[in-house]
Amino acid sequence: MKTEQIGKPSNRVDGRAKVTGEAKYAAEFNAPNLAYGFVLNSAIARGTIKSIDTSKALALDGVLEVFTHENRPGYVWGDKNYQDEDSPPGSPFRPLYKSEIQFSMQPIALVVAETFELARYAATLVEVVYEPDEFESDFNANMEKAYKPKKYKSTPPQDPRGKPEEALAEAAVKIEQTYAHPSEHHNPMEMHASTVVWEGDGRITVYDKIQGVQNSQKYLTNAFGLDEAHVRVISPFVGGAFGSGLRPQYQLFLAVLAALQLKRSVRVVLTRQQMFSFGHRPKTVQRFAIGASEDGKLQAIQQDVFAETSKFEDYSEDVVIWPGVLYKCDNVKLSHKLVGLDVYTPLDMRAPGGTTGIYAMECAMDEMAYKLGMDPLEFRLKNYAEKDQNKDKLFSSKELKECYRQGAEKFGWSKRNPEPRSMKEGHNLVGWGMAHGAWEAKQQEAEAKATLTPDGKLTVGSATADIGTGTYTAMTQIAADTVGLPLENVTFQLGDSSLPKSPLEGGSWTVSSVGSAVKAVCDKVREKLLDLAQQLENSPVANVGLDEVTFADGKISLNTDPSKTVSILDALKQNGGQAIEEKVTSKPVEGQEKFSPYAHSATFVEVKVDEDLGTVKVTRVVSAIAGGRIINPKTARSQILGGMVWGIGAALEEETVMDNNLGRFINHDLDKYHVPVNADVHDMEVIFVEEKDEHVNPIGAKGLGEIGIVSVAPAIANAVFHATGKRIRELPITLDKLL
Amino acid sequence: MRPFTFTRVKDVATAVQEVTGQQNAKFIAGGTNLLDLMKIDVMTPQHLVDITHIALKTIEENKEGGLRLGALATNAATAYHALVETRYPLLSHAILAGATGQLRNMATDGGNLLQRTRCYYFYDTDTPCNKREPGSGCSAIKGYNRDLAILGTSEHCIATHPSDMAVALAALDAKVNVTGKDGDRVIPILEFHRLPGDKPHIDTNLKEDEIITSIDLPAKGFADHYTYIKLRDRASYAFALVSVAIGLEMEGNTVKEARIALGGVAHKPWRLPQAEALLQGKEATKANFTKVAEAYLEGAKGYGDNDFKIELARRAMVRALEQALSMEAAS
Repeated sequence: MKTEQIGKPSNRVDGRAKVTGEAKYAAEFNAPNLAYGFVLNSAIARGTIKSIDTSKALALDGVLEVFTHENRPGYVWGDKNYQDEDSPPGSPFRPLYKSEIQFSMQPIALVVAETFELARYAATLVEVVYEPDEFESDFNANMEKAYKPKKYKSTPPQDPRGKPEEALAEAAVKIEQTYAHPSEHHNPMEMHASTVVWEGDGRITVYDKIQGVQNSQKYLTNAFGLDEAHVRVISPFVGGAFGSGLRPQYQLFLAVLAALQLKRSVRVVLTRQQMFSFGHRPKTVQRFAIGASEDGKLQAIQQDVFAETSKFEDYSEDVVIWPGVLYKCDNVKLSHKLVGLDVYTPLDMRAPGGTTGIYAMECAMDEMAYKLGMDPLEFRLKNYAEKDQNKDKLFSSKELKECYRQGAEKFGWSKRNPEPRSMKEGHNLVGWGMAHGAWEAKQQEAEAKATLTPDGKLTVGSATADIGTGTYTAMTQIAADTVGLPLENVTFQLGDSSLPKSPLEGGSWTVSSVGSAVKAVCDKVREKLLDLAQQLENSPVANVGLDEVTFADGKISLNTDPSKTVSILDALKQNGGQAIEEKVTSKPVEGQEKFSPYAHSATFVEVKVDEDLGTVKVTRVVSAIAGGRIINPKTARSQILGGMVWGIGAALEEETVMDNNLGRFINHDLDKYHVPVNADVHDMEVIFVEEKDEHVNPIGAKGLGEIGIVSVAPAIANAVFHATGKRIRELPITLDKLL
Repeated sequence: MRPFTFTRVKDVATAVQEVTGQQNAKFIAGGTNLLDLMKIDVMTPQHLVDITHIALKTIEENKEGGLRLGALATNAATAYHALVETRYPLLSHAILAGATGQLRNMATDGGNLLQRTRCYYFYDTDTPCNKREPGSGCSAIKGYNRDLAILGTSEHCIATHPSDMAVALAALDAKVNVTGKDGDRVIPILEFHRLPGDKPHIDTNLKEDEIITSIDLPAKGFADHYTYIKLRDRASYAFALVSVAIGLEMEGNTVKEARIALGGVAHKPWRLPQAEALLQGKEATKANFTKVAEAYLEGAKGYGDNDFKIELARRAMVRALEQALSMEAAS
């Protein structure tokens, strides 16, 4: 592929719409006669609703209805009707299904009124009497009840490789430590919201905050027994999601229920507090036992994972794949158990399993490097994995060594004094730490369509999402590049269930999956264009194949003589005033399965820790990324920076705290749940190392959604150790832990 | 939000009249805390009296050679006022350590003193909280209490007062001028906020019908030796785990007068003049600073998650005193 548009740091094609407010989000679409729903949540963690009295709420002028388990219409309540594309094994939560309370803040009623404020007020008048039951919310207290799920949502832990017990017993140098990662909530800037427009005759158009409109559509048709043709889901802009929009959330169900019952348009927006009432990153505790030879070669790795799930679904994520991907070691033993609590089911959150798994592994490896008296980077080089030992396959490409080299050089790693507490500036202890990471570069099946009208305007569409990641821009660039048109002549459409099928926007696979479909459909447009161009009289491109011409600047030119050209507009004139229309299904390319595709990262961090007061400041971060071909360095850098900032939050600030007296996440607003602010973010540098990958997918890109975050928190934790000599094995590293 | 009536007044007398005898009436100025609390049904006033049109925004020198801050002067206007910056830099720094630029543009000096606690449970109407609902119990004492008080607590409440500004005002010995149906009175800042005792739902000694009209700063501003240290879980836009306001008057290396106020540790800004007196006439040494810090924390009590605050407060006081002495900017 040529690089007319791909690789250019183009501004976001939707940037203007976003800064001017023209870009509309789910809660901003209006409809005539719109009613507003407000959700009432359970005060208890487990038990039953003995009674729910809605009479005072209903008595208010303008309150239309209060939906509860008592008056909701009968639906088919089978598990299958409520499962979605991202459901873990189990029995999904069904809003207003019955009087049983399964978790604190469970939605128990929807008050619908003429205005939002009235609905919110009326919700305070609903009187609920509970019959509370004993509940289990304490992760640590329930670890001994941890179980192996019948079916893993994630990659199941592999059978042991080699002879891990013996190798560990015989290893000259050993470490054995436990690391804890807390529960975290996604908290995208935009709250979850659905606006359901009643179109009459049982037809609805739903504006939903979601990472896959077709997932919402399918969910609604299943849950409400609706005809697919009667439900259209639209989501042109998403104000961040980080995984919270992978599953349809309860506001969608409730809004649709109300709209269908009231035969009127309804909007339900969750409050910030309610953003803590559904999926979250599971609390994860990991025991690592590692053995190495005196010269620093890994002999054995044992990783035992305990991770939170709900009592009704077995959520699991890829926590145990990382030793096999990132370290060469012949003797490995893994286990992955779940701790079932009376909470809502955890949910994929940026780099699910990687953020937790790589954090613990990279801290453990740092401990091992110290025990060996080796430089942490040298230790990683010594145990470099040339192939993915989980799958026993070579990597499709792996420029991690180049990440080490460029990252270390930029950071000045070679000047590091390995001794903890060896660097000091005034009251501050200075520490340098590093870690590396990986994220799988999957390609999913995706469809795309393209229409090139006689005026030379190309519209390409696929039902994917742009959750702030830059999908609009990247796809526009791929399409423009392929057909040889300027960006402004290309429009990419997404977020509409009527568009060709797309996988969920997650897993760092959008560019590789949808991007490949966009390229494929545009390749078909090219083919057609060349065909048309060759129909011209005395065509300068007659009798040549597609590989003998170049599409650029709105022209098709001959490779052997670029002065010989046909403009795309002229070629289009041969189509009898018709547009060119194409549609494709793009599947992972053949031969791809012979390789293991991963993006890699290496992160170097400097922290300053106040010796007396324990405050930690991350003064410098350098992340070097091997992510295959970079479609747009500008949006790519933003994505990595976002991951790095989140890494600071994960390392130092973020934690949803469970009150075990109440069985309730108690810091449920942004005053008390801390994410980094500008003042926490200092020098940040992103390096994209050159990485050519001919196996991963037709465009050679690996996806950057998750790789930016995975190695940052462990690098910070390792830097804090280097600064202070204290190993804090429980995130977040708040100042009290360093006093 | 619950329905309420709303009226706008233009003078103090009418403001007082509007709330006198009215059940559950509240003044509203910046609304930066009250509106949030109304939205989540924690505060449910039936009558709001908008006082923003009363002429109480002025900041000017008072008769005693100090400065008078109009109750409706915004936090931003106060922090960046030339006389505050030069004569009371401690106050300026404390205000700027709180909230965000946007909030400080809205928040008023009078309202700042009347902020409600940020205790997790106070904000969650599904949990017991004696401050929100007297007699319902305290969820924090045996619950999650990392942010909560270590001094002056009661068995009914361990909430903290969230203001940074009030901590500086406590160190500066400010006076709060109020007007009520029975006329004007002056409340010294240390008597303005109260301890929870068995009435944690009452934050201050301001009467229901009283309005803050201004805050007087005494002439002495400790501009030569001051500091405000705020320790929190991120570098900005977070409430203090522990904060320390210091004003020192020095004669060579001898402390002539020391002012120390702590924030984030109690139901009110915490100042102990008798402990401060330990420094009077003493050499400014780390040992002497440590002695005072220990005196300040005598009787401090942790509740589990917040135990660390005792040691943190001790260290923060020593650091703050050193910083105020040397006037070296904190890194």
